[in-house]
Amino acid sequence: MIPDLGYLALLLALVAAVFSAVAAYYGRHTNQPRWVESARNATIATFPLITIACLLMIYSLLTSDFSIEYVWRVSSRDMPTYLKVTALWGGQAGSLLFWNFLLSIFTAASMARNWSKQRELMPYALMVASFTQIFFIAISLFVENPFARLAAVPIEGNGLNPLLRHPGMIIHPPMLYLGFVGFTIPYAFAMSALISGKLDDVWIKITRRWTLVAWLFLSLGLVLGGRWAYDVLGWGGYWAWDPVENASFLPWLAGTAFLHSVMIQEKRNMFKMWNMFLILLTYSLVIYGTFIVRSGVISSVHAFAQSQIGPLFFGFIAIMFVFSAYWMLNRREDLRSTNRLNSLISREAAFLYNNFLILAILLVVFLFTNYPIFSELVTGEKGFVGPPVYEQALGPLFLLLVLLMGVAPLTMWYRSSAQRIGMSLRWPALGALVFVGILFALNIRGWGALLGFWVVSFSLILTLLEFWKGTRARMKRGEKPFAAFSNLMARNRRRYGGYWIHLGVIVMAFGIIGVEIFQEQTQIRLGVGETATLGRYEMQFLGATRYPGPDDLLITEATVDVYDNGKYVGQLKPRDELYTRTNQPMTIPDARSTLVEDFYVIMVNWEPTSADQATFRIYLNPLINWVWAGGLIFVFGTLIAAWPDPTVERSFARRQRPVVMPTD
Amino acid sequence: MRMIVLNFLRLKHLGTAALFLLGLLLLVTPALAQDVPVTDDEVNAVAKDLFCPVCESTPLDVCPTQACADWRELIREKLSEGSTPQEVQAYFARQYGDGVLANPPKSGFNLILWLLPVVAVVLGGVFFTRFMRSLRASAAGVDEAIEEDVAETAVSTTSKQPLSPDDFKARLEEELRNR
Repeated sequence: MIPDLGYLALLLALVAAVFSAVAAYYGRHTNQPRWVESARNATIATFPLITIACLLMIYSLLTSDFSIEYVWRVSSRDMPTYLKVTALWGGQAGSLLFWNFLLSIFTAASMARNWSKQRELMPYALMVASFTQIFFIAISLFVENPFARLAAVPIEGNGLNPLLRHPGMIIHPPMLYLGFVGFTIPYAFAMSALISGKLDDVWIKITRRWTLVAWLFLSLGLVLGGRWAYDVLGWGGYWAWDPVENASFLPWLAGTAFLHSVMIQEKRNMFKMWNMFLILLTYSLVIYGTFIVRSGVISSVHAFAQSQIGPLFFGFIAIMFVFSAYWMLNRREDLRSTNRLNSLISREAAFLYNNFLILAILLVVFLFTNYPIFSELVTGEKGFVGPPVYEQALGPLFLLLVLLMGVAPLTMWYRSSAQRIGMSLRWPALGALVFVGILFALNIRGWGALLGFWVVSFSLILTLLEFWKGTRARMKRGEKPFAAFSNLMARNRRRYGGYWIHLGVIVMAFGIIGVEIFQEQTQIRLGVGETATLGRYEMQFLGATRYPGPDDLLITEATVDVYDNGKYVGQLKPRDELYTRTNQPMTIPDARSTLVEDFYVIMVNWEPTSADQATFRIYLNPLINWVWAGGLIFVFGTLIAAWPDPTVERSFARRQRPVVMPTD
Repeated sequence: MRMIVLNFLRLKHLGTAALFLLGLLLLVTPALAQDVPVTDDEVNAVAKDLFCPVCESTPLDVCPTQACADWRELIREKLSEGSTPQEVQAYFARQYGDGVLANPPKSGFNLILWLLPVVAVVLGGVFFTRFMRSLRASAAGVDEAIEEDVAETAVSTTSKQPLSPDDFKARLEEELRNR
């Protein structure tokens, strides 16, 4: 009964979405606003319908209704309640249902919100957003049905994949999905602008905050994923250039390029075509990312042929790409810029350099990620690209990007004097050099590392100077320092939010250079009472115990004392968790964490039979906490940039209203 | 090696065996000298750049599965027999394909990994500069007209003062006035 209702709700949602697409098109073409309005109501109606389907699924999970295949696959009776709820996105079919749910929230909200402002763009935006929704509901209904039943009802379910039981992994997928679905909104409005021929920057202004919010969630998803890997996976790192990670990094890169280049269009009315292309690229990479994660095509080309999802996604990306490319070509005359670039040293040029670098990074990541597919298709043997290759290829590009990040804010729109910029760069460059000199004196060696630190500290100084100059200018007008600083943020959220984001990236860059180049590690077997040394740290093994944990867990926990330069600083308890039912092991590290470095301990092996000896793997991760701190600053900056500014809202509404809604 | 030695010990002709053994010992001594215990760190240094074909994208040195532990033991054995780290990696590549190497060999189809990004970035760079130049060139003709336009637009909202020589200051002042 319940699964039937859930299936019915999804079916109705599909009908509503199809109706919305058709009615929006029909209403626009026959000039009957009634139809468009009806289309919009249908789009908004998909949201409660998919919500019902999700709630029914959660109810089935909570009541352990193992007659439903999905419930049996991802849950078991003894799972805690919160895990039963989050098992909604613990498997393939549920994830897609959840994806649908998030997409319907975004679509319904954006259509409800922009309805009164932008009637001209709405019909086609409704249509394009509905296309995406139709595709995903259809996948849920006909291919990966979450409500599919089992012929015989099992007594107990499989339980959730242990890797997904960590809090980080519970929040991480929704963040990524929110980021993914969010980019549908700017894409839908971009397409609508193309089709309706309303090619000014209205679509960008409407969707700016949607884009920023999507981008924020995607960034959060990436950072949380890294943190989860560091806390749970037990390999001392946070990013491994895994295909699944790259799948969410690629749309993030394209979205970042887009967020920068739209500013040229807003200010100078240039590169309209380019912005259309970037949002199309972002959207395609979102669908592609979902496809990579869901089809398992990277692990094996054969998975592509086996799962029905693969070819369908591929077809959908192709259709949307051709559809968008057709309209872009169709409107290419109107998309041509009337304005010209005045100088190669200008703000608009700087944004283009940024786009060039980001797209180069994107291309490399895309090529490397898909290399297993290409090589298997061409040579028959599956090739593989490991992190060292990524680091070689991307290191210089990232460094250039950080350099540009520091210098670009000094440029002005239209043109800037190279001499003037050179003057402003002199002292920061020298300051960074002094900093590197100090590092050298502190016995830090290696050209790559020193160059990296120079670039990063140079950009740091320049970014901080931007804040300082702005604050000082306001202080000269008689404001108190703190008020001057906060007013600076409040009055120009986008720019200074952006600088906060830059600051976050720079802090992260410090951490990344530190941990990538100066990480130390050792693996050693210790008897009780024996010690191991790594860097300034000494660690003494006190013993290990094995005890049953919650669910089917068997926990083995070691206790070690940590000494920093001979001084006792604390006790660590690295442990090993074994899910006995599935026989799946997890290694949970423990770390002594300071701003300078993490002393990170993993227990690799402990056999109670072979006396009291355990094998440990110890890492010294310098500056790792800067990566997380940078992530926090980054999110803070995005919030500043995306926070609604009442004065701008009002002026925008004033400007639009007379044109768009003469009768209202 | 040890097996051969043991077989010889079972021979009845102990004298010959002893002689042979002596010769053999002299021969293998350099090899035996390398047969020292290999530390975990040495094993991990080799394993770090290897991936087992089963566990997707988890480096062998940190992979917790039993299969990977066995592989690490194999590395230890090879190292203790005197193989260099390169030889061990080559051995795994021979047995399981280049897919297990974190650094794919720079040969054959793999070259695409190095060539394509370089070609793409260079081509992109050329295209990009030409594009910028063309924008610039066509702008040059109308530069003077724009020059006026620039000064006007940049400070249009308030006064019509010409652009200050200090770019940054001018921009800030302009923004402050706008608020």
